[in-house]
Amino acid sequence: MSARLPVAPGPSPTDEFLKGLWRENPVFVQVLGMCPVLAVSNTARNALAMGLATLFVLVASNATISMIRKLVPKPVRIATYILVIASFVTIVDYAIQAISLELHKALGAFISLIVVNCIILGRAEAFASKHGVVASVADGLGMGLGFALALSCLGAVREILGSGSLFGVALFGPGFQEWVVMILPSGGFFTLAGWLLVFAALKRRRAPRPNRGPVENAA
Amino acid sequence: MSAPLAPPPVQAGAMYRALVGIGAVCGLAVVLVFQATAPVIARNRAEALERAILDVVPGAATSRAYELAEDGTFAPATGEAGHDRRVYAAYDADGAFVGLAIDCRGMGYQDTIAVLWGYSPAAQAIVGLRVLESRETPGLGDRIETDPAFRANFERLDVALDDAGQSLAHPVETVAHGKKESPWQVDGITGATISSKAIGKILDESASYWLPKLRPRLADFASPPPVPVAEGGER
Repeated sequence: MSARLPVAPGPSPTDEFLKGLWRENPVFVQVLGMCPVLAVSNTARNALAMGLATLFVLVASNATISMIRKLVPKPVRIATYILVIASFVTIVDYAIQAISLELHKALGAFISLIVVNCIILGRAEAFASKHGVVASVADGLGMGLGFALALSCLGAVREILGSGSLFGVALFGPGFQEWVVMILPSGGFFTLAGWLLVFAALKRRRAPRPNRGPVENAA
Repeated sequence: MSAPLAPPPVQAGAMYRALVGIGAVCGLAVVLVFQATAPVIARNRAEALERAILDVVPGAATSRAYELAEDGTFAPATGEAGHDRRVYAAYDADGAFVGLAIDCRGMGYQDTIAVLWGYSPAAQAIVGLRVLESRETPGLGDRIETDPAFRANFERLDVALDDAGQSLAHPVETVAHGKKESPWQVDGITGATISSKAIGKILDESASYWLPKLRPRLADFASPPPVPVAEGGER
């Protein structure tokens, strides 16, 4: 009689949730979804709204795709995922128009472009199609919140320096000279580079030293 | 030696069932959400337009949409006429006709700019301007919406017609910042030259198109009682 090999327990839903916030943050670590990250992070409000819209689509599409994963034949899985994601994006688009036309105007075409955000299709294919609903929702929540957090970080810096305000509230006196470049596309790249630098420095500080154990996340 | 196991073939029927079934469910969900949100979205649009009309015509309290008929007269709007056949009459709190709001659009630096401008028949001037849609460069071109000095151009911009009443006596033109000398000139924005010139051009074209049609028919707007634009149909 052969001995059974011990099976290592998989990551818990909490681990799946936390990895998107920090270890595998979609913006600061995976550098995904750069189009909306750079385009709509010129104010904190726009950035937060886009982050929350993406969060909703990510969680809803992850949950749905996880539920139907055993019903969908492999050759048509990508077409099915796109159908599900596009439906949730359309729903978000109508919801934002109903909540605030001003916000819809500010986010422009980038709401529709959530359909092709590689984070969403990436999580559907890499995670939700292989895991249960609870783990997929936790993954979507973590990745979505990580994305929203990253966008808000960019939006806050760009709005403070570029407009002298945060969420529309003026922070400085009338003498403040706005850094117009920060709300232009080039300011998005500068701010993203700054945050990537901060994130890399923090990760390096937290990483275990070589003589204490194996190096993690070398890539 | 046995051949490696090949995956079982997928039946075409299973693929049809998956795609058609999921497509039907997704379609149903989208239509339900559309039906639930459509009245709210239509109301939001009508309210935004109403606010813009009252903003560009000083003293206005209510407004009503009118359509240009084939015979050149104006009648209360009934359908979904395009912006080239629709104007909005504005009335004060006593119901007296005070001016018109006109929706127009033209090419800016990056994309189409949509503008609503207010016209005072008494002053024969543009008395207000609101940018409805714009994708001009943030911080530069979008100053056409936010720059107080630029907006001051439209507190009283002369668009009087010539003696024949067929064209503007003086075309609206945008001049370099600080070079404005005449009441029909728009003082431009340094750093947003193309966007500010685009506004001048859009207003000139729109005023040249509409005012010869509107001036002889101002009586069409005086008689009917004002009805909020939300009931007269959205833009």
